[in-house]
Amino acid sequence: MTSSIETMSAAPAVGSFTPEAFAAHLASLPPGLPAWWLERKRAAYARFAALPMPGRTDEAWRFSNISGLTLDGFALPAAATATPYAPIGIKKSAKLVFANGRLFSREVLAADLVARGVIVDTLQNALVRHEALVKEHLLAQPPKFGPGKFSALHEAFLADGAFVYVPKGVELEHPIGLFHYALGADAAVFPHSLVIAADQAKVTIVEYFGSTDDTEAQFAAGANDLYAGHGAQLTYIGKQDWSHRALSFQSNSTVVRRDARVQSLNLHLGARQARHESLSQLQAPGAFSEMLALTVARETQEFDQRTLQIHQAPNTKSDLLYKNALLDQAKTIFSGLIVVDPDAQKTDAYQSNRNLMLSEQAEANSLPGLEIQANDVRCTHGATSSRIDPEQEFYLQSRGIDKTTADELLTFGFFEEVLNRLADEDLHAALRTLIQTKFTK
Amino acid sequence: MSSLVIQDLHVAIGEKEIVKGLSLTINSGEVHAIMGPNGTGKSTLSKAIAGHPDYTITSGDVLLDGASILEKEADERARAGLFLAFQYPSEIPGVSIANFLRAAVQARMAEGEELDATAYYKRLYAKMDMLKIDRKFTSRSVNEGFSGGEKKRCEILQMAMLEPKFALMDETDSGLDIDALRIVSEGVNTLRGPDLGVLMITHYQRLLNYIVPDYVHVMWDGRIVKSGDKSLALELEAKGYDWVKKELALA
Repeated sequence: MTSSIETMSAAPAVGSFTPEAFAAHLASLPPGLPAWWLERKRAAYARFAALPMPGRTDEAWRFSNISGLTLDGFALPAAATATPYAPIGIKKSAKLVFANGRLFSREVLAADLVARGVIVDTLQNALVRHEALVKEHLLAQPPKFGPGKFSALHEAFLADGAFVYVPKGVELEHPIGLFHYALGADAAVFPHSLVIAADQAKVTIVEYFGSTDDTEAQFAAGANDLYAGHGAQLTYIGKQDWSHRALSFQSNSTVVRRDARVQSLNLHLGARQARHESLSQLQAPGAFSEMLALTVARETQEFDQRTLQIHQAPNTKSDLLYKNALLDQAKTIFSGLIVVDPDAQKTDAYQSNRNLMLSEQAEANSLPGLEIQANDVRCTHGATSSRIDPEQEFYLQSRGIDKTTADELLTFGFFEEVLNRLADEDLHAALRTLIQTKFTK
Repeated sequence: MSSLVIQDLHVAIGEKEIVKGLSLTINSGEVHAIMGPNGTGKSTLSKAIAGHPDYTITSGDVLLDGASILEKEADERARAGLFLAFQYPSEIPGVSIANFLRAAVQARMAEGEELDATAYYKRLYAKMDMLKIDRKFTSRSVNEGFSGGEKKRCEILQMAMLEPKFALMDETDSGLDIDALRIVSEGVNTLRGPDLGVLMITHYQRLLNYIVPDYVHVMWDGRIVKSGDKSLALELEAKGYDWVKKELALA
């Protein structure tokens, strides 16, 4: 009997994403998209349909709630009529707002930035106008976190997303805001952002994923591609705030070239079950990737974070710090691997996962790992789980602060080590405010 | 006019009784000093009154303005007007003094009432000026990496902002060099007044040169065994705690 259940759970499944749904999706795309892109989408759909759902014995899904993974009951949503206003109180260079996979509104770049060659546009437009750049970078890295059923689904159903290109030597003073909304019950969305910072360029991206209603079941399979050319400085802030009944998959890929520096900070707040894969490839000497994440997991939420720091060249550096605060019956998984290729001597890699347990019923799983093939490297990793220090809690209470507020303050204190890594104080404050809303909900 | 009345208080840590029947009344405007050798229950007394969960009050009562506080949580006791200045204040990484104090001030406001940020900072800066504390202090994490003197000044600043009816000061002088002791004492003397009652716990008479008490009590083995005015502290300093021990033995 056991084997038949396993066979069932491992059978290929498409759920709501049937061949008919895929055909309808293709038919909905605008004319004029490059043939290679449509061909890739067809191939991706075939891969998706052929791959089994993750099973209990899949190492890439160890500790994940397999029974929570479902493809059933979702639909490609109609165009949105109105999006919520997302107050991220920072000044932006440009803004793209997508709702249900379509461009909903935008704030364009200043003329001088356009004149200097900066591009902030939709992927659909970029596929036509900047075909070579898109072809080189869009979903160019093969899946590295298992067979990639959900990545294939993303590629197959990706309708539109953001394209950002900052030319050589151009520095943007203010961030570019990219917003993706899922609106309506059962909506399935496939957000994508492709960001190319050319050599010596400097840009900050703030990406937001959200829903209007916290009680609607929704589905998101998103991805992004970040590329930092030689000497580029790319900062990426992602805020995942989907409906608390959403199922979310996000796969992020970062390529860091010579002397480039990428800082990414992912804030995980929403969804009932959210898997976040983050890949950093350090491809040339001097490359540095700083990978940061903050999670507030509450109620029965599950946050499943998988990371890869791949050092492919000598003298590269990566620094990962993922902090989770767990309340109620929430669950987190951190599985991170540092890979050092044979010729990546003088690699300096750090990986740390810290969990703050605010409830007896919460569960944090940590799987840190190293795979080192060079002999002259410095790699450190560690994982800790701790509870609120009762002496700190008493200290705050002795000042008249109630226990709930005291724990909230201590959680913010715990997060501050990550938020302090941000150079931009406005961004720091905006993120704090967003996290605050999670506590007052 | 407020009063803090400690009635025949017994306090245990686990099974072990530490405070063994202590009674004391403090009125607004009075400064009481409790002196005694190490291990006699002084710190236990202050933590138990403040509501530390590790300390069990097995019998007796503590009344603030006639009402028992023993059923209240530590934060409720603080909001009712008690303040404990810690011997070893906790370090709270990532929480700035400004945000911490703001939360403490907010906690004293009615539900739904919003803190006026401008007024709050104005008041905070005025208190800091009064205590001669640099304004940069407020953006630092609470007590993190502070010197002994900075930690104690931070305690005094909190006390100034929260304006308690009664302050329990646990070994405020410990870990301070003479300059820091002078600065901290000046702070306490600044806050001294008709609306504040103080219970100062100290091992050494030295502190009492700077903060002159109205009453001095000697604590021994969980009880107050001798009370007097400030001259008692001087007598203790001259004769040592052995003198009390001998007197007790005679009695």
